[in-house]
Amino acid sequence: MSAPFLQVRDLSVRFTTDDGVVRAVDGLSFDVHRGRTLGIVGESGSGKSVTSLAIMGLHRRGRRVSIDGQIRLDGEDLVTASSARVRALRGQRMAMIFQDPLSALHPQFTVGDQIVEAYRVHHRVSRAAARRRAAELLELVGIPEPSRRLDDYPHQFSGGMRQRAMIAMAVSCDPALLIADEPTTALDVTVQAQILDLMRDLQREFDTAIILITHDLGVVAELGDDVLVMYAGQVMEHGSVADVFARPEHPYTWGLLQSVTRLDEQRDDRLRTIPGAPPSLITVPPGCPFHPRCAYREQAGPATGTVRPALVEAAPGHRVACHLPAEVRQRIRAEEVTPAR
Amino acid sequence: MTDNHPTTEDRPAATDDRPVATDDRPVATDDRPVAIDDRPVAVDELVRVDRLTKVFPAGQGTFGRRRGAGAGVRAVDGISFSIARGATLGLVGESGSGKSTTGRLLSRLLDPTAGTVTFDGRDITRLPSRQLRPLRRDIQMIFQDPYSSLNPRHTIGAIIAAPLRVQGLASDSGQAMRARVRELLELVGLNPEHYNRYPHEFSGGQRQRVGIARALATRPKLVIADEPVSALDVSIRAQIINLLDDLRAELGLTYLFIAHDLSMVRHLSDTVAVMYLGQIVEIADRTTLFEHSLHPYTHALLSAVPIPDPASTRQRDRIRLHGDVPSPRNPPSACRFHPRCWKAQDICRTEAPPLADRSPAGSLGSSPAGLADTAPTEPRGPSPTGRPDTPPPGPPDTTPAGRPGTSATGSPGGPPRHQVACHFPEERTVI
Ligand SMILES: Nc1ncnc2c1ncn2[C@@H]1O[C@H](COP(=O)(O)OP(=O)(O)OP(=O)(O)O)[C@@H](O)[C@H]1O
Ligand SMILES: Nc1ncnc2c1ncn2[C@@H]1O[C@H](COP(=O)(O)OP(=O)(O)O)[C@@H](O)[C@H]1O
Ligand code: SF4
Ligand code: SF4
Ligand SMILES: [Mg+2]
Ligand SMILES: [Mg+2]
Repeated sequence: MSAPFLQVRDLSVRFTTDDGVVRAVDGLSFDVHRGRTLGIVGESGSGKSVTSLAIMGLHRRGRRVSIDGQIRLDGEDLVTASSARVRALRGQRMAMIFQDPLSALHPQFTVGDQIVEAYRVHHRVSRAAARRRAAELLELVGIPEPSRRLDDYPHQFSGGMRQRAMIAMAVSCDPALLIADEPTTALDVTVQAQILDLMRDLQREFDTAIILITHDLGVVAELGDDVLVMYAGQVMEHGSVADVFARPEHPYTWGLLQSVTRLDEQRDDRLRTIPGAPPSLITVPPGCPFHPRCAYREQAGPATGTVRPALVEAAPGHRVACHLPAEVRQRIRAEEVTPAR
Repeated sequence: MTDNHPTTEDRPAATDDRPVATDDRPVATDDRPVAIDDRPVAVDELVRVDRLTKVFPAGQGTFGRRRGAGAGVRAVDGISFSIARGATLGLVGESGSGKSTTGRLLSRLLDPTAGTVTFDGRDITRLPSRQLRPLRRDIQMIFQDPYSSLNPRHTIGAIIAAPLRVQGLASDSGQAMRARVRELLELVGLNPEHYNRYPHEFSGGQRQRVGIARALATRPKLVIADEPVSALDVSIRAQIINLLDDLRAELGLTYLFIAHDLSMVRHLSDTVAVMYLGQIVEIADRTTLFEHSLHPYTHALLSAVPIPDPASTRQRDRIRLHGDVPSPRNPPSACRFHPRCWKAQDICRTEAPPLADRSPAGSLGSSPAGLADTAPTEPRGPSPTGRPDTPPPGPPDTTPAGRPGTSATGSPGGPPRHQVACHFPEERTVI
């Protein structure tokens, strides 16, 4: 396989706040290849959005934010690059779509004007040519009567159409990397399905590397090639979607998989839950950050509350950060996790 | 939309194999006949809604202003259903289909434009506002957003006690009130010592527990939960769903459960109603709805839900609807789903399909395999009546809906009849 288009190594993002230092992302490493999709899952506050903003260079640099580690886009390190350089790459090579399209679309400009502007930042073309391109883009993302809809304002679009318009803007420069942060969370399932299909089609056409951030395991199962499970700013588990769903290795992943209701199952018993709630990232628990909520911490021995487990390969290409010995994990999975499915 | 026809990777035959004019197809007599059950109302029916309608006048509301003025929005358009005591009715459908409006009509936070709501044997449709207070005690709501629904300046204790005060159920500073609030905190899994804390000191899941405690303070009979877990994290969602489940068993509550998440609805509901543009297009017990649904819209909805299992979710029959729900301000004629329906025929554009009985013993003529033994036989909460009376299998039902014997809701307390508003109902495996 070719070199990964995006390589993230030991990425850490910290915010200094009045209440203390927020360790929003702590030692994150992963790769994304062109034409592939990495799903990042985790509960809210686990650092998913901070990661994507760091890659896009959208954190305001300064005393309050510190970013360490490497973010290599096609070999070029973005952490050390100038802001001007990152701005140029953003738009030419990478783009992002957000959960709330209204935050990315200006209410006082027509959708067409906004796509035209976004396009002309990186392409020296006439307004008329850019407008033709904008109509093509709206058509590409499935908006009917695109030439007419160019003159609509964002509020005249439905939620799904706004999301499409934002995708049109994001792909206007044929980005090689597309980051989608909860792109369908606010949408109806029917519209979500359309948007996921659209992302899949665009990926096939442009060979895009996609990072898909979601809290919905179903969405990852549907669209992801690889998945990264985050908790408290750290990687708990990382592997191919097929491996992680079939043979989950981490107690947190087990908890996530078991606590969701599934459309294809009708059960009358209570749902399995993960007790408690995710921690504040100002006071991340020592050792394994998940240990206060983990049902298996006793079996992992005393290190679990003091020593941070290393991310190690459980199988080729499948990494897990947990102190439980491999055979213990396999036994628990076989006896308690997989049979429940 | 220019092309309103959905694409399906596994496209069904464009023409249905059922002929258009079969004689077992109920004949639409008027715009939308609604079945009325005229059997005596059994005691264990807590809620009965009959041809309930809400029209918001034109020019009101957020979506209204810019689109053409005129008729107003028929947000809820002649729906009928009933909920047995101790049972849960799940309400699903796309955004704007009228789910929340239905909930607010039931609790009389909104005044119905037409139709009736019967609660606990009493017609509450036109209760004057001074008589609403006792009703508010019996019907409580839980909302989606635990952040905005709690007053940030009030302590948890004061928030939970507020309905008790309003109802005059406990004196202001009394021991009794404090004891009741502690009891409620414990009931929803919060520390009773949190009495004097403020909402911002709690997580989203804890705030939703506070919202639930507040709803339960007056010992309601019916709880309307409108997207109660949508704003919560996956792991917290499961905790709250379990809590709702436990409370139903412990307190014998009846729920109207409104949610986008169909898998959650499957888990929690006894009966599920699918709404589209203000109307119920299919209603059935949950097993039937999820395994033997007949309405194309239900199929599209189910097929769109991803399943957290890559092996199975990627192999499913995919139905993709084009476009969004049309505006309820100007709904499509006859069958409202026809512009998005891949099975639409001429009749769908001219005649509204009635919500007709399709129960196994009913008009389909044949019983879908397995239906009889998979239908849930009792509401899962403690029901005073226990086993419901399953309607005896009768002769095939070939007459229009709206006559004795068909019901929008089934026999009170029993599993609902399977009812579908489609000219060409047909089973399809989509999960
Ligand atoms: N106060 C109001 N004035 C005018 N129109 C309204 C009002 N409240 C709701 N509507 C309209 O009624 C229709 C049904 O709205 P409702 O809130 O019941 O939908 P819903 O099914 O709950 O949707 P969601 O899933 O988005 O919560 C929508 O078209 C909505 O815009
Ligand atoms: N600009 C900021 N200043 C301080 N803390 C922040 C900032 N942005 C995010 N955080 C914190 O970082 C953590 C991770 O946030 P985020 O990446 O948004 O989580 P999510 O996984 O839900 O996307 C949270 O605790 C959040 O409050
Ligand atoms: S390291 Fe210990 S606490 Fe963490 S997930 Fe593994 S067993 Fe649980
Ligand atoms: S009546 Fe049935 S087949 Fe005809 S358009 Fe409506 S849903 Fe489709
Ligand atoms: Mg986020
Ligand atoms: Mg609603």
